Amino acid sequence: MSAYKEIAWNGIWKQNTILAQLLGLCPLLAVSTNFVNAVSLGLATIAVMMLANFAISALRALIPYEIRIPVFILIIAALVTVVDLAFNAFLHDMYLVLGIFIPLIVTNCIVLARVEAFAAKNGLRASTFDGMMMGIGFVWVIALLGAVRELIGQGTLFSGIEMIFPTLSGIQVLPADYPGFLIAMLPPGAFFVLGLLIAGRNWLEARTNRRVLAQRLMQHSSVTT
Amino acid sequence: MNEPVDTFDTSGAMAPRESGALRISVRTAAIMLAFTVVFTALMAGAYVVTAPLVTASAQKEKLNLIGEVLPSALYDNALLDDWIEVPPIKELGLSDAARLYRARKNGEAVALIIEAAAPDGYSGHIGLLLAVKASGELLAVRVTEHRETPGLGDYIVPKKDKNKAQPWITQFNGLSLATVTPERWRVKKDGGRFDQRAGATISARAVTNASGRALAWAVAHRDKLLALPPNGRFEETRP
Repeated sequence: MSAYKEIAWNGIWKQNTILAQLLGLCPLLAVSTNFVNAVSLGLATIAVMMLANFAISALRALIPYEIRIPVFILIIAALVTVVDLAFNAFLHDMYLVLGIFIPLIVTNCIVLARVEAFAAKNGLRASTFDGMMMGIGFVWVIALLGAVRELIGQGTLFSGIEMIFPTLSGIQVLPADYPGFLIAMLPPGAFFVLGLLIAGRNWLEARTNRRVLAQRLMQHSSVTT
Repeated sequence: MNEPVDTFDTSGAMAPRESGALRISVRTAAIMLAFTVVFTALMAGAYVVTAPLVTASAQKEKLNLIGEVLPSALYDNALLDDWIEVPPIKELGLSDAARLYRARKNGEAVALIIEAAAPDGYSGHIGLLLAVKASGELLAVRVTEHRETPGLGDYIVPKKDKNKAQPWITQFNGLSLATVTPERWRVKKDGGRFDQRAGATISARAVTNASGRALAWAVAHRDKLLALPPNGRFEETRP
């Protein structure tokens, strides 16, 4: 497997920030009440992770090992502030929708984790790519979580999309008289759905491992007999 | 800083190592300082560049919002120029002085545009904008800022409300304290007449109570507010 393929596979599945590392749960649980909010936060997170990994990979030779964590936090906080201000000034309509999510990204420890674990030790291109892939791993999980919670909680999908694409509108999936299932919208619902997602991933992993093991045993026994 | 100096004085053998450690510490601190200065400058620069644009769009947003509570056909004066300063008033829930705007048509007072706040939202205060007609009728209320839970308490903003035909906040339109007494100006859960959505009563209660308080205040001080000269200052007279 080439290095880039491995970075992609790690980000999307094997070391998925949420399902495997369980990092960044605070914004994940708070914002995944519906699909559109979830994806919005996810996209902003990808941008910040790529920027942070790029900046720290570029400056890594200048940062003494002993004070790397405060410097990383300083750089991440500064970048998020600049992104927030730039959004507010130049993409104001978008800011009204995504604005509240951008400062939340600072609370996402996955940004610091990737900077520390990857960008501080690797080159510019690999680090930026790692930031993107880890971000994509975050997006697909938070999108799934948001979609499930929205569907169970309100019976709709993509509600609120008209704020981003005015021509589109949300879909009423379940009958309009669906009373809603409040717990899915509340924090406990986020924990339930996330728990099920993690269990599903573990089950898939365990099944793959069993298959690999069985294959090896078969090969082994066919060699010996 | 004292310790290395002490060891330097008492034990000559320790001196080279200790002064080396001191040098490294100073160097590390200098690097930290340099990073702090550079990135603070970056943030300050970004702020300076974006500040005028941010203020301009905030002003535009305010006009848009006023347009939502007060149709532009109802007045013909330069609304943003006919303001009165109000001190932080308890009934309005404001912590800073704010501006109140007066809409007029052909010189006749039509409505007051009032900023208010609900201090008891689910997460922090909820900013409100009310248009109160000179007759004491509430034209409409809108939420200017809030931090209610996305997808749960944020239905107080019409854009986020699932019910597009009749957003929650429009049920206040056209009511006055003559038709709805202050005791009935509450959410149904508290024995009043306004709906709330299940699971997010706190947001609805905060907006309902705050708009009732602000309306009562506006009606009580209506004559004084309308009589003040433009750009004057309203002083509260307590008995």
